[in-house]
Amino acid sequence: MDGSIDLMINMGPQHPSTHGVFRLVIWVDGERIIKSEPHIGYLHRGSEKICESEHYAQIVTLFDRMDYVGNLNSELAFCLATEKIMDVDVPERAEYIRVILCELNRIASHMLFYGVYGLDAGAMTPILYAFREREKIQNLFESITGARMMHNYIRIGGIKEDLPGDFQKRIVEVLDHLKRGIEECDALISKNEMFLARTKGVGSISGSDAIDFGVTGPALRASGVAEDIRVTDSYSIYDRFDFNIPVGTYGDCWDRFYVRVEEMRESIKIIEQAVRSLPEGDISASVRRIVRPPKGEVFVRTESPRGDLAVFLVSDGTDKPYRVKVRAPSFANLQALEQMLQGAYLADAVLILGSIDLIMGEVDR
Amino acid sequence: MTLSEVFIILAKAVILMLSVSFVVLLLTYAERKALARIQQRMGPTRVGFRGILQPVADALKLITKEDILPTWADKGIYWLAPIAVFVPAFLMWVTIPVAQQVVVENLDLGLLYIVAISVLSVLGLVMAGWGSANKWAVMGGLRAAGQLISYEIPFIMAILGVVMLAQSLDLTEVVTQQNSVPFALVQPLGLFIFLTSALAELGRTPFDIHHAESEVVGGPFVEYSGAHWSIFFLAEYMNTFTIAVLTVLLFLGGWSWPIMPFDGFLHTTLSAIWLLLKTSAVIWLIFWIRGTYPRLRIDQLMAFGWKMLVPLSFLNILMTAVVLFYSIPLWVLTCLSGIFLVAAVYIIRFSASSSMERETIRLISAKELRSKVGIPPLETGGKPE
Repeated sequence: MDGSIDLMINMGPQHPSTHGVFRLVIWVDGERIIKSEPHIGYLHRGSEKICESEHYAQIVTLFDRMDYVGNLNSELAFCLATEKIMDVDVPERAEYIRVILCELNRIASHMLFYGVYGLDAGAMTPILYAFREREKIQNLFESITGARMMHNYIRIGGIKEDLPGDFQKRIVEVLDHLKRGIEECDALISKNEMFLARTKGVGSISGSDAIDFGVTGPALRASGVAEDIRVTDSYSIYDRFDFNIPVGTYGDCWDRFYVRVEEMRESIKIIEQAVRSLPEGDISASVRRIVRPPKGEVFVRTESPRGDLAVFLVSDGTDKPYRVKVRAPSFANLQALEQMLQGAYLADAVLILGSIDLIMGEVDR
Repeated sequence: MTLSEVFIILAKAVILMLSVSFVVLLLTYAERKALARIQQRMGPTRVGFRGILQPVADALKLITKEDILPTWADKGIYWLAPIAVFVPAFLMWVTIPVAQQVVVENLDLGLLYIVAISVLSVLGLVMAGWGSANKWAVMGGLRAAGQLISYEIPFIMAILGVVMLAQSLDLTEVVTQQNSVPFALVQPLGLFIFLTSALAELGRTPFDIHHAESEVVGGPFVEYSGAHWSIFFLAEYMNTFTIAVLTVLLFLGGWSWPIMPFDGFLHTTLSAIWLLLKTSAVIWLIFWIRGTYPRLRIDQLMAFGWKMLVPLSFLNILMTAVVLFYSIPLWVLTCLSGIFLVAAVYIIRFSASSSMERETIRLISAKELRSKVGIPPLETGGKPE
């Protein structure tokens, strides 16, 4: 330390492993991180403000673009909020389809995380395996919703269209494929000695610290806190399904990684149950195209692939909301980054950042 | 020196340059195809038959690209660095034989020459890092210096083991000595040390720390573009090929056929082909490793080098010395070496991760969690050892 000065390095916004346009300023002494400072706002589009000048039905598309990896989960959060303030009963069939698609979307999102995390760790094969699996889900989405990413499928009061005729056949195929794919991915890297050495004990955060920072989702569960909105504050019809919540022990990078791998397996269980008991019937409640919810405010929490995605909606009785506030899980999880990075190596910074699974579209909104 | 001698030297250099460049082009294509195969993709398919001309297209693209000079760059060092990396990589080929007599200049101290020259390439990487005036590049350059210098020791020690067995520093002589038994069978431990440290010397997965894209954004090469970048690239692949050929020459019996009925030109050609076949097997192994493993962290790399490979390489030399001095039959060395290799792999496999608890994820059923109404249970996690 004699006479040496800490080197300030800008990691991002053009760094290849910042998962979007995110800037992390770090001060390093050799390879050790002394201090770090996240800078956000490079992807700020003012979505929340734009919501105030759009009709309710149009806002769904804006939510698509917030968490652009878990689109359907975002859509669901807003639709649930609007339905709650309008007191609409969504038909059974629509609820089931929503759950099926949201869980598929969760798997797709976690698959992307898995692949990119391998890339962060320096292994180049996992991402291609992950994309192979994700592609199957995207193709299924395309046949159901008409779009591969920005679906605009979950609508206020239900869903856009009924499932295509060959859905039952295709979902079975996709699930079979996914089951094998997840095991293959798991075998590829999860228990690799080098991967373990890189991720075990790196970026640990205790459960109480995580709660203090407002960390939610897989990142919180990895720290040993059994908290899943689908169960603890159930929404839609999640209380009807039987599945497990994977919970970690140390809250290090490996726990955060593997919680997500296990979650993919659990999501498949949910989908299978939902497909088995998929009822016939309407797909949408009778809701006018331009909705005018009564005056009031609601707060709805959902479990997006990244954590607690909550929407606070204030209506003034017109056809446009007075205020839409999104509690984005990525944004809250990002706050814990500084603590996790404390004393880590520069190479770990990449892995820690990756293990939070940030989506910058959601952080900046 | 007469004019004709100068011409012969020049001709040799040109032929060497051309053939090595050709090999590099082939290697880039082979690597892309091999990785594609591992990753369930097609690889290049568009340019030429099955994309065979892709390397040519890449080379043309690189040459025609703009060469960028960063404003704050140290000009002289910045432009010299690619040459400082390339020249040693090329010079090594002066004394590497591909068959009996097929060599630019067979030196009696060939291996010493190779070892001495190969160390030089570190200089170029540090120069590139410093000259780029980029913090990532500096970090990459320093990483390269630390990594390459540490792994130089086991690398040279492994070569020394072979030299002791062959009683010669002449590569042709080393190959001749392996006519009956390749040294890989005598010193499996030596082969392991050599290949591992060679991977680190090359900066290839899992030791591609100094140019890790996800960490230091390409390290020393981050600011380079166009032709200068392609020279680094050329040197890297050339080194890969060199290491593969060296592995074959030192450990896998070189070009020597078990039975060779022919002589003259046919003998030489067949020998060279045999050598290249073995080399491509080693190269395939290197590609395979690249497609499979993640990257180590710099401190883990150093620990592995100094605590594992350096002691092992000393042990290797010690065993060889004892066996040779007391004229103990060589199969004893094989057994000893094999035992230590298995022990080393065992230690790497288990001891390195014994402190790590593997099953840290437990499943809580939704039913159980639903029954605990109200505030979710808080269990604080501790830090692992």
